[in-house]
Amino acid sequence: MARYLAKRVFYLLLTLFLIASITFFLMKLMPGTPLNNQAKLTKSQIQIIYEQYGLNKPVWQQYIDYMINAAHGNFGTSFQFSNQEVSYLIGSRIGPSATIGIQGMVLGVVLGIVTGSISAIRKNTWVDGTANIISILGLSVPSFVLAIVLQYYIGLKLQWLPVAGWGGFASTVLPSIALAASPFATTSRFVRTEMVDVLGSDYIELAKAKGMSRMGIVYHHALRNSLIPLVTVVGPLAVAIMTGSMVVENIFSIPGIGEQFVKSILTNDYPTIMGVTMLYSGLLVLVLLLTDIIYGIIDPRIRITGKGA
Amino acid sequence: MDTSKKVLEVKNLKIDFHTYAGTVKAIRDVSFDLNQGETLAIVGESGSGKTVTTKTIMGLLANNAEVVGGTVEFHGKDILKMGDKDLQNIRGKDIAEIFQDPMTSLDPTMKIGRQIAEPLMIHKGVSKEKAMNRALEMLKLVGIKDAEERINDYPHQFSGGMRQRIVIAIALICNPEVLIADEPTTALDVTIQAQILDLMKELQEKISTSIIFITHDLGVVASMADRVAVMYAGKIVEYGSVDEIFYNPQHPYTWGLLNSMPTLDTAKGQLEPIPGTPPDLLDPPVGDPFAARNPYAMKIDEEQEPPFFKVSESHYAATWLLHPEAPKVTPPAEITRRWKIYDEKFRIESTNDAVGE
Repeated sequence: MARYLAKRVFYLLLTLFLIASITFFLMKLMPGTPLNNQAKLTKSQIQIIYEQYGLNKPVWQQYIDYMINAAHGNFGTSFQFSNQEVSYLIGSRIGPSATIGIQGMVLGVVLGIVTGSISAIRKNTWVDGTANIISILGLSVPSFVLAIVLQYYIGLKLQWLPVAGWGGFASTVLPSIALAASPFATTSRFVRTEMVDVLGSDYIELAKAKGMSRMGIVYHHALRNSLIPLVTVVGPLAVAIMTGSMVVENIFSIPGIGEQFVKSILTNDYPTIMGVTMLYSGLLVLVLLLTDIIYGIIDPRIRITGKGA
Repeated sequence: MDTSKKVLEVKNLKIDFHTYAGTVKAIRDVSFDLNQGETLAIVGESGSGKTVTTKTIMGLLANNAEVVGGTVEFHGKDILKMGDKDLQNIRGKDIAEIFQDPMTSLDPTMKIGRQIAEPLMIHKGVSKEKAMNRALEMLKLVGIKDAEERINDYPHQFSGGMRQRIVIAIALICNPEVLIADEPTTALDVTIQAQILDLMKELQEKISTSIIFITHDLGVVASMADRVAVMYAGKIVEYGSVDEIFYNPQHPYTWGLLNSMPTLDTAKGQLEPIPGTPPDLLDPPVGDPFAARNPYAMKIDEEQEPPFFKVSESHYAATWLLHPEAPKVTPPAEITRRWKIYDEKFRIESTNDAVGE
């Protein structure tokens, strides 16, 4: 197990290194400079600023400098956000992002499991059909459209919840719902397929032959067997939440990382782009690693490998 | 066992399956009964309706199946008229089933102890602790070594034969009156087959359950059954005691089955398959369904369905060959050999009777 973990962590670091390298050069290929919007600066002033940030060096030199600094935990200072250190910037904004991200994820996955299970149990009925349509909508309607619809109807027309802004639980509800749509749809489709499969299996037939009630069968046998593979989908779901949050945070003016990321891209704020990219990719590879470990823990067929050692 | 009472009685059962291709008449007027403590074997090719018959008894027919007629009486009560609740009360407690494939019939994510204990917890309202103790006893009874440790193992940690023992433990934990075994050894190695069959016989004596044994393996039938029903194309074509079916078969289909089974006396290259395939039950033929594959078929076989002709008190066969006006035919050599054995045995038995009187 320790060997396995060490191997996985090595690959994890290698992945992060590759992502950092590719992002760095792609970012440099973007048109414009960090000083695009500063028309009042003279040429010599720009020269001074470039020297200060090391932007006048060749790109490969900048790349090596950045990597060495990053390896020491120094991700540089932002060009735009009042010269704050990138690590501080991210740290101060991670709270709101995590709040709506986790709420959205839990809401989406839990609702998805319930809907998917009911769909499977009532396969080929109107209930299944309705759930299907909702899932397909959830997959195909972009989160920003849903966000605007929610703002307009629930925020503006009905005035049940704040339209935008940050402060208190009420302001997190609409963004969380907007974020939940995609994981909800994915989970619901996935659970339905798995559950239909499981409900047709021999051991469910045996459970029926034992005289178990329909609910008993679903609760004791079908649910666990259809939910175990769901763990493998959690990684992609986390991606959906992270990419969704960039847009959704902007629409709801939430002071989160996604909002900052979009701004930093628009202004060529190189250190911030790199920092946020590394945070997202770090979280992602971590989620994938955790997924594998959790899968091994909850599925007895995989767990056994460690027992003999 | 001779004056035993009926536990289960199937009368004139007719079942249709509604499919996209049309209505499949899977079971066409099947009747049989099961006495206490006996083993009834139902034999036939794939698709002859064996499994559908047992699913009906369990009340576990697929959604597209329709019971067109008949009754399945368990202690005089018609199972086909019962609601979900009543059926659930019988299933696993009074009528239990052993499935064909032990590799897939256990829940892969549940410890086997719990799986064995479940029927007890559902039906007898026993506490989990007591049920687990019973499960442990069952595990020992079906011959799993180190039962105390293995009760906490998962199905994938057992071999196929061991898993089938576990499935048997699940089926028998509530001491069911009727045990349905649907090809319980088909998926197992031959050496393991014998062990499982011995175990079933042993347990049958211990808890005096009646067994309906579904199989297409006549060798298994010979060692397990008291009575045999031969099914073909959704009908029973011949039924009788195991001796009567094996040594005095009357239906040409039974002849074909026996003729295609190797015995120690079979010379090399002598096995004879039954030519052709079973009829399409979307559109069952008029007359005797076996007529098309039957070298002894007569004209009437294609026009009129044969009724059951009585061979003995316990032995009936549905073939026109038994009609008093039917011509005498000579069955395959293997069958005449068997008839001879039956004659000798029967004669010895009757002389014994004479001595007794």
